[in-house]
Amino acid sequence: MEVKVVRNVLDVNAKMAAENRRFFAENGVFVLNVMSSPGSGKTTILEKTLNRLMPEIQSAVIVGDICTTNDADRLSVSGAPVVQINTDEFGGDCHLAAHVIENAARQIDLAGLDLLIVENVGNLVCPAEFDIGEDARVVVLSVAEGEDKSVKYPLMFRECQACLLNKTDLLPYLDYDLEKAREYIDQVHPGMPVFETSAKTGEGLDSWVAWIRDRVADKAGLRQQA
Amino acid sequence: MHEMGIALQIIDIATAAIPPGMQGCRVERVNLRIGKLSAVVVGNLNFCLEIATRDTPLAEAAFSIEEIPVVAQCRECGHEWQVAQAVFKCPECGSGNLEMISGRELDVVSIDVEEQVGSQVQK
Repeated sequence: MEVKVVRNVLDVNAKMAAENRRFFAENGVFVLNVMSSPGSGKTTILEKTLNRLMPEIQSAVIVGDICTTNDADRLSVSGAPVVQINTDEFGGDCHLAAHVIENAARQIDLAGLDLLIVENVGNLVCPAEFDIGEDARVVVLSVAEGEDKSVKYPLMFRECQACLLNKTDLLPYLDYDLEKAREYIDQVHPGMPVFETSAKTGEGLDSWVAWIRDRVADKAGLRQQA
Repeated sequence: MHEMGIALQIIDIATAAIPPGMQGCRVERVNLRIGKLSAVVVGNLNFCLEIATRDTPLAEAAFSIEEIPVVAQCRECGHEWQVAQAVFKCPECGSGNLEMISGRELDVVSIDVEEQVGSQVQK
């Protein structure tokens, strides 16, 4: 006997993500989900970003790693509250799911907060599939990773609203075709803003930080209207 | 990479769909629909399902997976086509303003439950 089901396999996560989104909206907090492969420079970008945003834009960070609190230690220097999630001591999960974010967000005082940054587990595949209730998703790619990552991992680049091409300070030492990389990204997600950054030197970070400021202001505006 | 989690979720959904009164009946088939743009490798998923269904009502179930192509429609000119090679630009007018029609599916569509003599479906 055939029994009709028609249920999305990730519907439990989707439901939890919708609850997170409602919870964040009530508090007027803009939530940014930052994803990348391991070693793209996410944490250094966030350190420098927080330095530019704090204390004017009150920020907090949820950082996901399989193991260690190294990233949380680095990020908390900015003064922003940081919650470290370890998905497992050895092995562990490949992404942060909505229920994990819910638990972590409860450890942060959202009142008075403008921005919550989620530094996802370094992985260009799985995090793209999991809604966590964020307002925007961005992907960081370093120029040491090759020009064609966007066409190799199209879902990630389709799902994001902005891309950072990081470690541009390395360009003189690499056979990296920046134009080709931008072409590929535009092919997968036409019109998506791409910020060329060097987290090390700070070059290009201003326009990226301005992009965040605009979105935080929009969300705060919605809070005042409500 | 998260195929085991997906497999466990599929087993939960399929098990919950067994009608009351048919508990204990064997599930013969689970029909799935998976879009080509979803981050699931079908071979890995089958492997995980084989392991994770042991000692469940789905232990002997066949998993039939319909792979759904990535189809987009241009919001500018209305052209609809099957996306290949991760080119998300309209081949007719070049616009990137697209409506994604399919490709992100990850659904349990239906299950086939073995009908045993004496089993009754409660309405």
